Amino acid sequence: MISYILRRIAYAFPILVGVNIITFVLFFVVNTPDDMARMQLGMKRVDDAAISKWKEERGYDKPILWNTNARSVERITDTIFFQNSVKLFVFDFGRSDSGRDIGYDISQRMWPSLAITVPSLIIGLLAYITFGLTLAFFRGSYVDVSGVVLCVVMMSISSLFYIIGGQYLIGKFLHLVPISGYDTGLNAVKFIVLPVLVGLVGGIGASTRWYRTIFLEEMGKDYVRTAKAKGLSETRVLYQHVLMNGLIPILTGVVVILPSLFIGSLIVESFFAIPGLGSYTIDAISAQDFAIVRSMVFLGSVLYIIGLILTDISYTLVDPRVRLN
Amino acid sequence: MMPVIFITDGFIFLLVLMVSGYIFYARRHEHLSAPWRAVACRPLAMSAAIILILYIVIGLLDSFHFHAKLEATESSGEVYSTEVSSILDLMLEDLRNNTERTYSAPLATYAFSKEMLDLADGKQVRDYPRLKYGGAHLTDPESERIADIGKHVVVGLVCGLMISLLLSSLLVLFLAKGHELSFKQAALKLCRNEFVVAWTAIIITISLIITVACSIYNLAQHYHVFGTDKVGQDVLYQSIKSIRTGLVIGTLTTLVMLPFAIMMGLMAGYFRGWIDDVIQYLYTTLNSIPGVLLIAASILLLQVYIGNHADDFNSIEERADLRLLFLCIILGITSWTGLCRLLRAETLKLREIDYVQAAQAFGVSNLSIMLRHLLPNVMHIVMISIVIDFSGLVLAEAVLSYINIGVDPSTNSWGNMINGARLEMAREPIVWWSLAAAFIFMFVLVLAANLFSDAVRDAFDPRLRH
Repeated sequence: MISYILRRIAYAFPILVGVNIITFVLFFVVNTPDDMARMQLGMKRVDDAAISKWKEERGYDKPILWNTNARSVERITDTIFFQNSVKLFVFDFGRSDSGRDIGYDISQRMWPSLAITVPSLIIGLLAYITFGLTLAFFRGSYVDVSGVVLCVVMMSISSLFYIIGGQYLIGKFLHLVPISGYDTGLNAVKFIVLPVLVGLVGGIGASTRWYRTIFLEEMGKDYVRTAKAKGLSETRVLYQHVLMNGLIPILTGVVVILPSLFIGSLIVESFFAIPGLGSYTIDAISAQDFAIVRSMVFLGSVLYIIGLILTDISYTLVDPRVRLN
Repeated sequence: MMPVIFITDGFIFLLVLMVSGYIFYARRHEHLSAPWRAVACRPLAMSAAIILILYIVIGLLDSFHFHAKLEATESSGEVYSTEVSSILDLMLEDLRNNTERTYSAPLATYAFSKEMLDLADGKQVRDYPRLKYGGAHLTDPESERIADIGKHVVVGLVCGLMISLLLSSLLVLFLAKGHELSFKQAALKLCRNEFVVAWTAIIITISLIITVACSIYNLAQHYHVFGTDKVGQDVLYQSIKSIRTGLVIGTLTTLVMLPFAIMMGLMAGYFRGWIDDVIQYLYTTLNSIPGVLLIAASILLLQVYIGNHADDFNSIEERADLRLLFLCIILGITSWTGLCRLLRAETLKLREIDYVQAAQAFGVSNLSIMLRHLLPNVMHIVMISIVIDFSGLVLAEAVLSYINIGVDPSTNSWGNMINGARLEMAREPIVWWSLAAAFIFMFVLVLAANLFSDAVRDAFDPRLRH
């Protein structure tokens, strides 16, 4: 088991290198630091001195890959590639283009993100599994048909509608919770309710339909027929056999997104003004802060790859037939 | 008129050619036409298809661009407008040109906000001004408006019903001829929904569309049906113009990524070994970059590029069009991995089947095995994934435009409409009509696409076939 995990981590390394090279090419080769400087300082009427100064402050005035002016090891280390991309591997994110410490910002901002994503995930799973199981239980009846139709209709509505509609109905019309914002400690709860609720409603359509299919597939299998044949009641078959086996694909599907919970949701956070990593990224995009965007791309990839490894491990834990090799 | 072809127009024409080619080919091959016939028997799917066709026709009309000819003067000869219009613009000329000064509510006759008005006796009052076009023919809007709107709707409904009746009888005639029935028999059969092909659903959907369209058309002659936006532009016009953007994002993205996904998927599954490793590495790497961030990064870079090369573009439209295409390409790059993985898995299975082994034994080249034996047998996966991806992409456009990494702000799109209206949410009373119009147009398209894709999946997926 441990050797398998180690091997998987070793496999992950070239992928991270690939991600790093792609982001490096995107940010430094396709667009040179000169372009970035011009963008930041305003397109017109920028003199070369200002650009050089901007580049120097951020260390973008170094050569890209190979520093011929330096000595020994510094030929490699004193370059843009090493300073900005290789250092990401040890999670040294450096400073943002506006001079803030990115690593510190990330460690501060991941908590509000988690405060939204973790309750959303748990409540969502419980709700969708309940709905999916209910529809599967009533398969073929009016409850099932109308439930599926409702799911398709809800799937077809833009997520923006749920957010704007939720803000208007609950925040502005009913005045139950504040429309947006965030607070520390327990006071945060009233700010969290609305985003979680909106996320829950927005996901009902697609998830319920998917879980229903999974449960229906389980119900068609032989062991269910055997269980019924030996006289088990319908509800016992449903809860003890179908639910437990249906949970395998559902939970292993969830594992892959677990690490990404840290990053939060870009859209939800910026709509509800939650100071998490999602809105951090959005702000960086609109302020065109390349250093932050680069760090978030790398962080996102690392978390996704961890998710993949966790998924493989969880498969072996829940299903002994799957062997690791 | 001087025609202009934008890059996305070119791709759209290419797509139309490919679809026509596919239809021509599928008609002659039973294994391709049979699933489509199964789709044609499902009433819900056919209603959805009619709605999709309506959107597609509007989108196509909006893809023939040209510079309109201006009044020629003696000295300058032929002069063309610098503005690019489309055939759709010609058809909606009234809607396009009847702009108010600023916001007005749907079907309103007075503007949304108060202004200083000069009275006849020279005094000034602060009141809601009359609209330039909305209900301009009324002398006393307060008492006449409701009756006038009702009159226009009823006239539109009656017209629509008459056209629908005419169309229905034409359809009955056509069916009677095809099935060798009398007119009465065919009509009865249509009413009882007894035809194999879901003609009843089709004609009901068409009638509904025509009736609604006629009333809206009739109303739009004298009112702004969905109100006007901040600069006084008709919201109905914007919503209709946005159809093309939605369709382009939904279809071109798939078109752009399709060759890569198919080629890579087939190669990885067929050759296995190091080629498989390289391709798997490629898509895992691309997949592990969060999609939104990759799109954001690329759009940022495109903005820098456009900013630095501002002189290369003749017009705002051309620049917006390049950005639209670029967005499609980036969305394609982030979304081809799913299809590629599916194709690889299917090819891995297929290559062990006898006919591929036989072809190899006969010495057929790898390329023709892949093209002639493997490709046709994975096409159902491609077909299913095209229709399933479509609705997701249309929805994604709105979200991306909200974070300002979507289409150009000057492009008409539902995302831009929502984004613009969002800023007015705090106003009292609330400006809701831009949002409502964008959401309704998007919802209808996505719902139709979802219903249609369900039917296509059921018909093409061999595991679901009975």
